[in-house]
Amino acid sequence: MEEFAALIDALVYTRSRNEKLRLIAEYLRATPDPDRGWALAALSDGLDFPAVKSSTIRNLLKDRVDPVLWTLSRDFVGDTAETASLLWPAPEHPPSPPTVGEAVELLEGMNRKSVFVDLPKLLDRLDASGRYALLKLATGGMRIGVSSRLAKTAFAQAFDVSVEEVEEYWHGLAPPFPELFAWAAEGQAPPDMANLPTFRPFMLAHPLEETVVDLADYVAEWKWDGIRVQLVRAGDETKLFSRSGDDISATFPELLDVLPFPAVLDGELLVRGSHQGGEANDVTQGGAASFNALQQRLGRKTVSKKMLAEAPAFVRLYDALLIDGEDLRALPWTERRKRLEALMARLPDTHFDLSRVVEARDFDHLAEIREGSRDDAIEGLMLKRKDSPYIAGRRVRYWYKWKRDPLLVDCVLMYAQRGSGKRSSFYSDYTFGCWDGDPDKGAELLPVGKAYSGFTDEELKKLDRHVRQNTVNRFGPVRETDKSLVFEVAFDSVHESKRHKSGLAMRFPRIHRIRWDKPVHEADRIEALKALIRD
Amino acid sequence: MPAPFSWIRPEPWGIHVVPADAWVDPSRPVERALVTHGHADHARGGHGQTVATPETLAIMELRYRTGAQDEAGEIPHKAVPVEYGESITLPGDVQATYFPAGHVLGSAQILLEHAGERIVCTGDYKRRADPTCPQFEVVPCDIFITEATFGLPLFTHPPIAEEMAKLLDRLAAHPDRCVLVGAYALGKAQRVIAELRAAGHHDPIYLHGAMEKMCRLYEEHGVDLGELRLVSDHTKDDMRGSVVVSPPGALNDRWSRRLPEPITAMASGWMRVRQRARQRNVELPLIISDHADWGELTRTIEEVDPVETWITHGREDALLRWCQLHQRRARALAMVGYEDEDD
Ligand SMILES: [Zn+2]
Ligand SMILES: [Zn+2]
Repeated sequence: MEEFAALIDALVYTRSRNEKLRLIAEYLRATPDPDRGWALAALSDGLDFPAVKSSTIRNLLKDRVDPVLWTLSRDFVGDTAETASLLWPAPEHPPSPPTVGEAVELLEGMNRKSVFVDLPKLLDRLDASGRYALLKLATGGMRIGVSSRLAKTAFAQAFDVSVEEVEEYWHGLAPPFPELFAWAAEGQAPPDMANLPTFRPFMLAHPLEETVVDLADYVAEWKWDGIRVQLVRAGDETKLFSRSGDDISATFPELLDVLPFPAVLDGELLVRGSHQGGEANDVTQGGAASFNALQQRLGRKTVSKKMLAEAPAFVRLYDALLIDGEDLRALPWTERRKRLEALMARLPDTHFDLSRVVEARDFDHLAEIREGSRDDAIEGLMLKRKDSPYIAGRRVRYWYKWKRDPLLVDCVLMYAQRGSGKRSSFYSDYTFGCWDGDPDKGAELLPVGKAYSGFTDEELKKLDRHVRQNTVNRFGPVRETDKSLVFEVAFDSVHESKRHKSGLAMRFPRIHRIRWDKPVHEADRIEALKALIRD
Repeated sequence: MPAPFSWIRPEPWGIHVVPADAWVDPSRPVERALVTHGHADHARGGHGQTVATPETLAIMELRYRTGAQDEAGEIPHKAVPVEYGESITLPGDVQATYFPAGHVLGSAQILLEHAGERIVCTGDYKRRADPTCPQFEVVPCDIFITEATFGLPLFTHPPIAEEMAKLLDRLAAHPDRCVLVGAYALGKAQRVIAELRAAGHHDPIYLHGAMEKMCRLYEEHGVDLGELRLVSDHTKDDMRGSVVVSPPGALNDRWSRRLPEPITAMASGWMRVRQRARQRNVELPLIISDHADWGELTRTIEEVDPVETWITHGREDALLRWCQLHQRRARALAMVGYEDEDD
């Protein structure tokens, strides 16, 4: 536990992404199983021990420290776990500290009652840094500026394997990941995923920008304005995953018993309505509602019958990764498309349709079609090379996205400030940034603009909660967040500016959409924004 | 007979010693000031007369040029030096005696006596040994006027040797870089340097220009700081593997670009709290304070065992609560202008 505590402390005080990667990689190499696996879990997705809550810690401390002094201290520090770690009355001769594995085992064994006896015994064995690390681990939120992606990248770096491959196995394994370490660190066979409904990392597109492609080699599809999902069936179980690999099955129960065979399908999740796909009386596609309607259903853990009836979800399919257990990813797009088209007969049209291919004579004609598409909820076009295999991540030249409104960028929320007037109790003014290079190679975020409009009151409440729960730093009225949320920002124009470190200033930026589903390393880079300068 | 202790009146801008018309650590100019120590929130320029230890007077002279002549060639300010353990009689039959406070060079607690009543003003203080100033003495009194800068139970300053070891370990691990320590120019900087010497570090230590004069003043008062060099006189390569000391404000400043890949450290009691360290972009927090921590504050009140405790500045709510829990009479004085700058 001492090494883990030292790692946490070092990460707290390290700003550079590269240095964070180095620290985590070094720890993972030097630490035996299962400690390193638990540490990796704590740093990435977090561990959950239902018996240990923030309120448990508060109650434990109020039994040991005067409640008034506890509250004054907690207010000063601003963090329950840290305050408790500092105020815990340590015994004069502490017993030997536990390993991470032992601590996890003990935490797992606690229930709501025994926690009041057993957690103190564990805390007694640690010094202040150890108590901090333990309490952070136990309550599930490290909040030390390490994202799940960063932890996985550090793992890949530690053992010289590719992060995409790590992602591929990750979702089928559970902490402390013995199979993952056996494969990456000991050179054993990779984990077997065949009978597990696990997430496969998405293939992603590059922005088209100035590129012109030959339609002899590329095919065009609409980019629908829902959320990209992966529907997976294996071992008689179906799961639905968001772009970031989060399991959102519980939010869309109507999709869990409509896929009757093992498969991994890539598509756009939409809810029924009259907007999208209704254009040109296209009979092959039913209509979908606007993104707003879909938004009503996102982020819910349970769904009412009424909601299921009023806004039923379906998937508009783009691609097939596996069908009947056969891995199609190495095949060219044309071949996968054939298989997907043939598959439609086996799928109920109540819950699936096929995203149709947009026919155009040539690139100019395609540009015309794109400009002319009146449907507000079409995001633009996707251009896919006909011979492209399905490869995790963003590969040059295979897939391009050609957004309809060029003045939209994906930015990462960096700082938030309280608003004024009736918003004064909310963090409603947001500063966001773009990457100054490849985020997986140590790029940093640079602020590119500020916005305080473009969201509903409901969304403001959610954003405010996000800011409060993900604060890593405070500067007077400003909070720095852990940079885990993507905004799609709309703006009128962008100009060069010496006033900003990024060298750019946006005109009239507003939050176009909050991308709760999008991982931050997929936000845009400064170069993408620079390419939009028109003066 | 007047009411007990009616001769002393806490006002927002200082503690008024009524019969002597003198003020302890006033934050606005007065005719007669009794100054505990040289930090800016306690010692200010512009008084008619300042009663303080010779070291504090020298510090004030350096900072405020209190010994400067006016247009007529006179020195309007009157400096009245009082050594530790020495008493001075003020008008109105008030005796003032200065005792070490262990805070910084020249820092004193002031014992005021009048009509058989004893009041001690601590200014700022700490209980630990400090190679740059004599140690705090417990002075029995009726009213004990204490600070509470680190008056929360979470503040326990670790032994300074541990913090020095942290600093030296980091230095040894990065021989091509330097460790830049942010420390307040009066007191903290010299203590860090003296403690580094005590820990066996005898290499030259590099100073930000703003530190130089105060370090020289300490040396003139017999504090050995070893070989000190100015950053401005040296190249990046000279400073590799060295300790550099600067005011906290220079840590993230353009100035630090002339240093060889500095590892940013900060010597302050606030470093106990992670967010505080992160706010300053500190990579190596050193928990070093010239103030009493919670344990020392409460132990001191128990040892002095006054009839009443008055709390000047800091986290007075928590210390008041402690006094209440321990059946001790206490009140918080609403003082203005005292900051925690000299932590
Ligand atoms: Zn002071
Ligand atoms: Zn002070």
